[in-house]
Amino acid sequence: MYSEKVMDHFNNPRNVGEIDNPSGVGTVGNAKCGDIMRMYLDIDENGIIQEAKFKTFGCGAAVATSSMATELVKGKTVQEALQVTNKAVMEALDGLPPVKVHCSLLAEEAIHAALWDYAEKHNIKIEGLEKPVTDIGEKEEEIEEEY
Amino acid sequence: MSQLIYLDNAATTQVYPEVLDAMIPYFTEYYGNPSAIYTFAGNAKKAVDHARTILAEGIHAKAEEIYFTGGGSESDNWVLKATAEAYSSKGKHIITTKIEHHAILHTAEYLEKKGYEVTYLNVDENGLISLDELKAAIRPDTILISIMAANNEIGTVEPLAEIGAIAKEKGVLFHTDAVQAFGHIPLDVDAMNIDMLSASGHKVNGPKGIGMLYIRKGIKIRSFVHGGAQERQRRAGTHNVPGIVGFGKAAEIALTNMEQRVKYETELRDYLIERVLAEIPYSRLNGDRTKRLPNNANFCFRFIEGESMLILLDQNGICGSSGSACTSGSLDPSHVLLAIGLAHEIAHGSLRLTLSEKTTKEEIDYTVDKLKEIIDRLRSMSPLYEDFIKKQSK
Repeated sequence: MYSEKVMDHFNNPRNVGEIDNPSGVGTVGNAKCGDIMRMYLDIDENGIIQEAKFKTFGCGAAVATSSMATELVKGKTVQEALQVTNKAVMEALDGLPPVKVHCSLLAEEAIHAALWDYAEKHNIKIEGLEKPVTDIGEKEEEIEEEY
Repeated sequence: MSQLIYLDNAATTQVYPEVLDAMIPYFTEYYGNPSAIYTFAGNAKKAVDHARTILAEGIHAKAEEIYFTGGGSESDNWVLKATAEAYSSKGKHIITTKIEHHAILHTAEYLEKKGYEVTYLNVDENGLISLDELKAAIRPDTILISIMAANNEIGTVEPLAEIGAIAKEKGVLFHTDAVQAFGHIPLDVDAMNIDMLSASGHKVNGPKGIGMLYIRKGIKIRSFVHGGAQERQRRAGTHNVPGIVGFGKAAEIALTNMEQRVKYETELRDYLIERVLAEIPYSRLNGDRTKRLPNNANFCFRFIEGESMLILLDQNGICGSSGSACTSGSLDPSHVLLAIGLAHEIAHGSLRLTLSEKTTKEEIDYTVDKLKEIIDRLRSMSPLYEDFIKKQSK
């Protein structure tokens, strides 16, 4: 059901991990629906994204879109990164099954959430960036389940 | 290990070669229509009667109480819709459970739209219904209790004899969806007071597209598929003779070797469960530890999602299934896992492995070894696991 590119990014995800003291970090999605993406960005003083890392809880498409999103924003300016839409992520992956389109939206939101965090930390305003609605940040309730 | 490791026997099973051998002549040699009068059709008719007898004996019923259908879903649809129609003068209330197969649940929802009232019984954390809740749910206008024999996802076996006794005492019809149970655990429609029972061929190493409905003599439900006079005028359509023969042969094998198969599968299943729970942290078993199908194991692994796990298992040649949203085609995980009280985020990380009598210990060992690697890998990229570890170390 997945394209070769999706399978490649699922099997060999690029940029998995964390960044210590990131310029910006954002977490989107919710565990209830089965997808959570966290994106870390390292942005230099010229506003260029030097490093992007992610962690994702979710299906094959969720992992692949996160991986591709980090690839697409690396080396870009903050303004250019804003242009990495869900459509761009999907196209770069040679498409997604219709039921998985929401994963690409989540990837776009993850970029926005990380940029929003960066803007807040550095007290700047990024033209055209709105606060992502699904940013769950650190507020996610802890799962309390007996094991 | 390069070959296929098939651990999805609750989804469907291999047609045994001896089953296929039994079927073949009824395609090419004895292809006559069993309803025809001439001698040539006699072989086909005999074969259908023989299969009916085997299936009837398998549940302690009479041959004339077995009706062939196109599969388990048709049997379930037939029971609910036809009972509702036939007994509507008595009442319009049906009792079922929250963990039924969709063939029951969606039919029940359809009947609700037609003015029937349905009570969906809760289950406990192991998937068992409460007999007290059942008793309390029965009303003067209750016409049917439909409770599955064994759950297709978590394998929990419901207390059929106790349910049957309650139904009999209250004078309410009792149907059981035994699609997962037939041929896997003993069923006795008389001892268990079962009035109607659905079963399917392809879950017991028979062919797909053939099922049956047992209807106790005297129950007045009518035809669901209208047309010719086949099946005592209750189920029209030319008999699927090769399918019926295959179902009969498969049932014969399953019923004959049930005892040794149950013993073998139960031991292997318990070995799988013990290894997983001991070696994979933050894992849990879903369903009752002992009141479960001999071949069913169902786990949840925290911090990971089911579809990712299935893809990686598949890349290692292992077939399993999951109740995650991504595999159900909706945003919600399995209704069964939610009914036993699991949080959504836990239910997303479920894995069902269903064995067969051909599954080997080596296959189970290989599967658990691979599963450990896969879960480690997925957890290493899970933000939920990252948060959990950070909180632990604080």
